[in-house]
Amino acid sequence: MIKSELIQRLAEDNPHLFQRDVERIVSTVFDEITNALARGDRVELRGFGAFSVKKRDARTGRNPRTGEAVPVPEKSVPFFKAGKELRERMNTSD
Amino acid sequence: MAGNTLTRSDLSEAVYREIGLSRNESAEMVESILGQISSALVRGEHVKISSFGTFTVREKGARMGRNPKTGEEVPIEPRRVLVFRPSHIMKERVNGGTA
Repeated sequence: MIKSELIQRLAEDNPHLFQRDVERIVSTVFDEITNALARGDRVELRGFGAFSVKKRDARTGRNPRTGEAVPVPEKSVPFFKAGKELRERMNTSD
Repeated sequence: MAGNTLTRSDLSEAVYREIGLSRNESAEMVESILGQISSALVRGEHVKISSFGTFTVREKGARMGRNPKTGEEVPIEPRRVLVFRPSHIMKERVNGGTA
């Protein structure tokens, strides 16, 4: 499923909303999550999962082609952990 | 790092503020979005949200595990796990970029 299909399904379930509004609602939700992570906040959605930011320490990497050592600066990466309910549903469907 | 935690109510508050639906309906829409994504994943589909990221279902084979406390060997059943790959845009945003 891609974003446009998600919007399509939501629009079908909510015929009283304009498709344009459904698009804005979907964007608002994902933007809100991204903005929270950009601030370093966590987003916890019970039953679904939690988004958080993990810190990766600076390290010395290596250019795989030349073998040359290159410094890799410290960085933050977005991380998602599936919630218990979703994990269980994914494993009991068949 | 501010260390705040957002929940469903923050997401529906944003929808209420931005779109102007009632608070009730905003909460229902947030729930519907999460519900549609969950159902797709349960069906085994991948879910790709452009500029946000991709939720991928990965099949894990059976293997022998070990109870780390007792050292006892325990079989781990084959299972499906959910992996989230953030988009480049999200990765950049999280590292202070504005893209």
